[in-house]
Amino acid sequence: MNAKKAVNFIMFSLTGVCALLTVGILFFILGYMAWRGAASLSWSFFTQLPAPVGEPGGGMANAIVGSGKVLLLATVIGIPIGFLGGVYLNEYAGMTMSFVIRYATDLLNGVPSIVIGIVVWALVVQPMGHYSAMAGGIALGIMMIPISVRSTEEFLHAVPLSLREAAVALGASKWKAIATVVIPAAMRGIITGTMLDFARVAGETAPLLFTALGNSFWSSGYNQPTATLPAMIYTYAISAYDDWHRQAWAAGFVLLALVLTINVIARLVVSRGIHMPRGAA
Amino acid sequence: MRKILALVSILFAIGVSVSTAAVLINGAGATFPNPMYSKWFFEYNKLHPDVQINYQSLGSGAGIQQVTEGTVDFGATDGPMNDDQIKAFRDKRGAGVLHFPTVLGGVVPSYNLPGVTGELNFTPEALAGIFLGKITKWNDPELAKANPGVKLPTSDLLVVHRSDGSGTTYVWVDFLCKVSPEWKKGPGLGTAINWPVGLGGKGNDGVSGLIKQTPYSIGYVELIYAVQNKLPYGKVRNSSGSFVKADLASVTAAANGAAQNMPDDFRVSITNGPGKDVYPIASFTWLLIPEKIQDAGKKKIITDFLTWMLNDGQNLTEALTYAKLPKAVVAKELKAISKIQ
Amino acid sequence: MAYSLTLLAAGTIFLITAVIFYELYAQSVLPRHKFGWHFLVTQTWDPVAGQFGALPFIYGTVVTSMVAMLIAVPQGIGSAIFLSELAPPRISDALTFMIELLAAVPSVLYGLIGFYVLVPILQADLVPVLRGSLGFLPIFQGAFYGVSYFSAGVVLSIMIVPFIISVSREVLMAVPREQREAALALGSTRWQTTWRVVLPFAFKGIMGSIFLALARALGETMAVTMVVGNTPQIKASLLAPGYSIAAVIANEFTEAVGDLYKSSLIELGLVLFTVTFLINGLARLLILATRRGTAA
Repeated sequence: MNAKKAVNFIMFSLTGVCALLTVGILFFILGYMAWRGAASLSWSFFTQLPAPVGEPGGGMANAIVGSGKVLLLATVIGIPIGFLGGVYLNEYAGMTMSFVIRYATDLLNGVPSIVIGIVVWALVVQPMGHYSAMAGGIALGIMMIPISVRSTEEFLHAVPLSLREAAVALGASKWKAIATVVIPAAMRGIITGTMLDFARVAGETAPLLFTALGNSFWSSGYNQPTATLPAMIYTYAISAYDDWHRQAWAAGFVLLALVLTINVIARLVVSRGIHMPRGAA
Repeated sequence: MRKILALVSILFAIGVSVSTAAVLINGAGATFPNPMYSKWFFEYNKLHPDVQINYQSLGSGAGIQQVTEGTVDFGATDGPMNDDQIKAFRDKRGAGVLHFPTVLGGVVPSYNLPGVTGELNFTPEALAGIFLGKITKWNDPELAKANPGVKLPTSDLLVVHRSDGSGTTYVWVDFLCKVSPEWKKGPGLGTAINWPVGLGGKGNDGVSGLIKQTPYSIGYVELIYAVQNKLPYGKVRNSSGSFVKADLASVTAAANGAAQNMPDDFRVSITNGPGKDVYPIASFTWLLIPEKIQDAGKKKIITDFLTWMLNDGQNLTEALTYAKLPKAVVAKELKAISKIQ
Repeated sequence: MAYSLTLLAAGTIFLITAVIFYELYAQSVLPRHKFGWHFLVTQTWDPVAGQFGALPFIYGTVVTSMVAMLIAVPQGIGSAIFLSELAPPRISDALTFMIELLAAVPSVLYGLIGFYVLVPILQADLVPVLRGSLGFLPIFQGAFYGVSYFSAGVVLSIMIVPFIISVSREVLMAVPREQREAALALGSTRWQTTWRVVLPFAFKGIMGSIFLALARALGETMAVTMVVGNTPQIKASLLAPGYSIAAVIANEFTEAVGDLYKSSLIELGLVLFTVTFLINGLARLLILATRRGTAA
């Protein structure tokens, strides 16, 4: 009896240690970014265009808007394709098709972001003859697809058979059952996956350097090169100047704050769904 | 669902509606002059608010490639285009490409030597030996010879070089090729090298960081990085036999020597040049402008900018630790601007 | 109607992956013809002489990813278990929220933190301890300069752990209550329930998160290049500097001049694609063998 309880205690303590370590690292990173960048966080950071080294003030207003534009396009491209693909995999696909599509998705996920940038450059920027925010959105959208597929599929799979059977028993067609019962039940997990996805591409630099280029000024619409937070962070962080280093850290902090905000808003918007009976605690 | 669609449409509309009336000119290329160019284009925009020249540092190679492809209006490079690349440009775009030197930079041997405070002197043979992996200890005779008063430690040297292709590397190995036949036959000349020894740092900042954190290390960085990061760096013996420390004056002096025999296309290496006060590891950095620019408006802006850069722009360089162009070169460039059609 | 829409989406995904593969294949024609299979076993990478070989990069990619997974998988699953089984719901939600934020930190900042914070800590504290206890192992021998396979693996593990935790936690929480209650009713401790009932139930989802994490580790560029040492060599010691495919592409692609050089980098991309293909395949076979019937 005591052995069981001892194992119980030890193992759960270990998991607690793991969690503590992760949370510790998390707070450290957040704190480090805040510490290094705090001096640069001011009103001008959010409202002004970048200034050259040595000029006081200067900010990343255009990068914040640029990131917003590019991420918006990426989400509009990546999430629907990923979501529908996940639905296909879980609800409709047979053995071979699901194997092939899953494999392709995993492969796509493993392509280095820089290679995606190179490919989109060849397929979009080169034919168009110039860099653009649209190309950036396409590149990031492609990167969003695999995680979206994976999480949609996982959480649809986790919906118990009983729920589906109940819907069908009540007379729903397959699609109706999926759309009105299964998907809402899986929504919580799907949103988690989507937000994780969004967070990941929000910080990607390499593909943007090949597609959206960067811009020291405001960019119009989607057809011009645009500044983005990750690209600015990269350029400033590798420079020789302390002022630019501070701005890079501040920008990283702002990027996280942005992602957090979107996360919160998204969950609020979608929070009304069927409350799945959760198994734990 | 409908809510989401509405939200997305509104956001798109906002994104598309923000626009400017100014003309946007895009350039890409070398990272070394990025702070200088960003200052120049900022000031130029203040003088001409309807002109926005956007420069992004993707790397010299990317600058060459993108200006050849035409995805940017001009390029920038720390190492001049070679004949094949110029031919490729001509083939693709129907006309040639012009090189315009803008500023000068120097590459310095920087080190982390606990216990040694003074500046070290490096002979070209020492530098070649170190980077070839032949000289492995700090108290090697080649180093001791040039630094008579200094007590060099017996520890092993750790070499740090660039992992990414770079103009800085190009200048450094250009110098090594000129002073060491063994280097020329071996690793040779290029922006990315098969280094015999050493760790690779990404970018000047990566190399500076490695040097700072690794005792007994030695590497090469742009002068600006050494100055900004307060890294100790040594003197290098030039072709006249003097040990010269890199600074704005000695770097400009290196260009002066070359100004006399400057070729018309400005593609010249100024490493190991003649002169007593010359710093031997210096280089121009160039803007790459297509010979033929279709858009008349853009052409005017670019030619105006070049003129401004060669006159007023040169006065802004020293504040950012970039060496200005010698007057002879400026005069020659001003004349070359008319080549742009 | 709905079926065709989802089929279209799935088809698009396949198409995109195929196009990427095609681009990689088509653009690497030159080195494939010139070097053939030797590309995979040559150790030299000499842009000046035009000699290119992929072996050190393949080695480095595999080693750094393995180190990252060995650290991140237990860490991630352990944390996920804690967050789903033990932590009060509100705290669990809040913490997970923030852990997911870690996925948004740009790679270059991870690299900087890795280089300026982690590497000195490794040099001063962790590695001496490792060497003291396990120094007889070949993987911990040789000179340590701070930047190494090991450092890269550790930084990667921090970067990929949010994926494992986030997805695993959700999947664990989705395990129906009845399963746990049944096990507890039969006299199991909570840990026994978790280990024997909940985890197996969530196995597929957890494996999915592991695949996600692995993919990110294999393809990560910026953070790796700042802490791996960028030295194309093959060394048994984890403490030696190394290189990875994604890092060398990121380092050299924008400056690469000459068709052979550029295409060789593209061929490296193709090699990585293939490595991912093989590792995924192997992993799936492993799962099939141990789970018999769970289609991966």
